[in-house]
Amino acid sequence: MIKVTHLSKIYKMDGVQTVALSDINFEIDKGEYVAIMGPSGSGKSTLMHMLGALDTPTSGKYILDGQEVGNLSDDELAEIRNKKIGFVFQAFNLLPRTSALKNVILPLSYASYPKENREKRATELLTMVGLGDRLHHNSNQLSGGQQQRVAIARALAMDPALLLADEPTGNLATSQSEEIMTIFSDLNKKGHTIIMITHEPLIAKFAKRIITVRDGKIIKDEKNGKHLKIKV
Amino acid sequence: MDFFELLAESLNALTLNKMRTALATLGIVIGIGAVIALISLGQAGQKAVQSQIESLGSNLLTVMPGAATTGGVRGAAGGDTTLTYDDAKAISTSPEITAISNVSPELSRRAQVTAGRNNSNTQVVGVIPSYAAVRNVTMSAGTFITSNNVDSEEKVAVLGPQVVSDLFGDGADPVGQSIRINKQAFRIVGITVSKGGTGFLNQDDIVFVPLTTAQNQLFGVDYVSTISLAAKSADVMTEAENQVVYLLLSRHKIKDPANADFRIFSQADVLGAASQVTGTFSALLSGIAAISLLVGGIGIMNIMLVTVTERTREIGLRKALGAKKKTVIAQFLAESIILTFVGGVIGMILGAGLSLVISHFISLPFTLSFSAIVLAIGVSAGIGIVFGLYPARKAADLSPIEALRYE
Ligand SMILES: Nc1ncnc2c1ncn2[C@@H]1O[C@H](COP(=O)(O)OP(=O)(O)OP(=O)(O)O)[C@@H](O)[C@H]1O
Ligand SMILES: [Mg+2]
Repeated sequence: MIKVTHLSKIYKMDGVQTVALSDINFEIDKGEYVAIMGPSGSGKSTLMHMLGALDTPTSGKYILDGQEVGNLSDDELAEIRNKKIGFVFQAFNLLPRTSALKNVILPLSYASYPKENREKRATELLTMVGLGDRLHHNSNQLSGGQQQRVAIARALAMDPALLLADEPTGNLATSQSEEIMTIFSDLNKKGHTIIMITHEPLIAKFAKRIITVRDGKIIKDEKNGKHLKIKV
Repeated sequence: MDFFELLAESLNALTLNKMRTALATLGIVIGIGAVIALISLGQAGQKAVQSQIESLGSNLLTVMPGAATTGGVRGAAGGDTTLTYDDAKAISTSPEITAISNVSPELSRRAQVTAGRNNSNTQVVGVIPSYAAVRNVTMSAGTFITSNNVDSEEKVAVLGPQVVSDLFGDGADPVGQSIRINKQAFRIVGITVSKGGTGFLNQDDIVFVPLTTAQNQLFGVDYVSTISLAAKSADVMTEAENQVVYLLLSRHKIKDPANADFRIFSQADVLGAASQVTGTFSALLSGIAAISLLVGGIGIMNIMLVTVTERTREIGLRKALGAKKKTVIAQFLAESIILTFVGGVIGMILGAGLSLVISHFISLPFTLSFSAIVLAIGVSAGIGIVFGLYPARKAADLSPIEALRYE
């Protein structure tokens, strides 16, 4: 489903260059459940943004479902982000002063999702992440963990084939984390591909494959306990 | 997103930051309000002066006593007593005068007019019947001064509506009753129809008496204060003027027209002078209006720039969730159009209301200029759209992550 070759991302700011990713190569098949680990600043979020078609690499190729993402137009990318990909941001990024319900409805309203079903769908998802009683709270009236769960519900709204989650349990208590992980596992069983970033080895265990990143490079790639060969 | 969703989304965004929306709208309201009020007041003033001058009578020539002043120096001695009823008669009877249809000699003075206990200081004008034709006077009751009245120096009076209401109360019909002018009793024979006007142009606060009565019994003079002339048509104004000047010069035995002891001017002269004054006034008001529109426009521009820059993150998020570029831009466009439209309409209502109130207090006719409305709303909407669109487009061109990182 995903094929990344020689992917690099270099940030240039005031003449200073930061290499966030350098020459990354890997493949992820449809239906895989992958955890990405690594120390802070190692480039995990940067990689996730590339995979989510939210940012463009400095060099290298990213092929999603046989399409080279770099060749797509702005509107085609928007369509892919809307239909194929669900993204949970590390910083949640909810629409400010807007209710949880409206936040979840937002991706539905950019698709041609039937109007009359939107509220029902959003309510179901929010109930699933345990926020059935917080539908009309504005994002600034929610705790960090609750905002994170709204962000997860929003990512699931369009039932995306690829779910990308940047530390989805970073702000959650253990019991809530486990509930979210159950949701992710169920989705994965239904055939959805999931990639998540996490710092916690216990959470990473839910995934079937763990990729470890350091200094913008993949240093380890384990699947069901077996080491995969890292392509260069 | 369809049109209504877009509209709902925009309205929602606008209500999220009520204070800023209110301030942005206020800028437009004040800009447009000022423009509409100033322009419509300017036009009302111009119209008022024009219509009052026109209501004095069309094709009107006025002969006044006194020398033509050249560079502030009086050409000849004369004073204000050089025109007589005989001059007027000569103008109407002379075979050389072909371009004049009516001649109206007038003697105008202020005098104390009383009826019972009420009294009023009013313009009293001695006239002959042709006054009515020259000055477009129509009667609401009774008759105007007749030639019999003039020939036999009768003590009869025709009142303007203002005088009637001052002396007898609103809506009274005092025809047949009597008034006293400078202590002499006059029988009221008619009341004129209101012509409107205020201050020195008030043509309703006036009392007409026969010219001969005014000269011999009221004021004891043998001259007239003006001779009004109606030319046969607007085309022969110059001809009429020349004929009258020639006749009067020869009657007054003056060889050099520069030494004339009278002045003659036409409606066009008065209108021209007046519209020059009101035109300057209007231009001044329009200038002030333009400045306030500019200031309002800069306000809109500023708010739109701030709004969009501040919401770059939001634009990034919307794009990340699948909003197409044109959807994002359409939303901002809808927001600025709503903002400028609502502000424009409120401003228009306030501006029109303001000019209605002001024109009521200074007794001007109220006019609302359609072109001013279109101009003002067009300009502010244009500014709102251009300066809302530019940063929105810039933000929509960023990658979602860049926009989300924007601070
Ligand atoms: N917009 C940017 N401009 C400049 N440098 C950036 C930018 N974004 C990220 N970086 C740099 O790229 C590197 C990787 O950042 P990234 O956010 O991907 O780290 P991360 O692995 O997600 O860390 P964390 O676990 O703390 O979230 C960091 O050194 C960071 O400073
Ligand atoms: Mg990160």
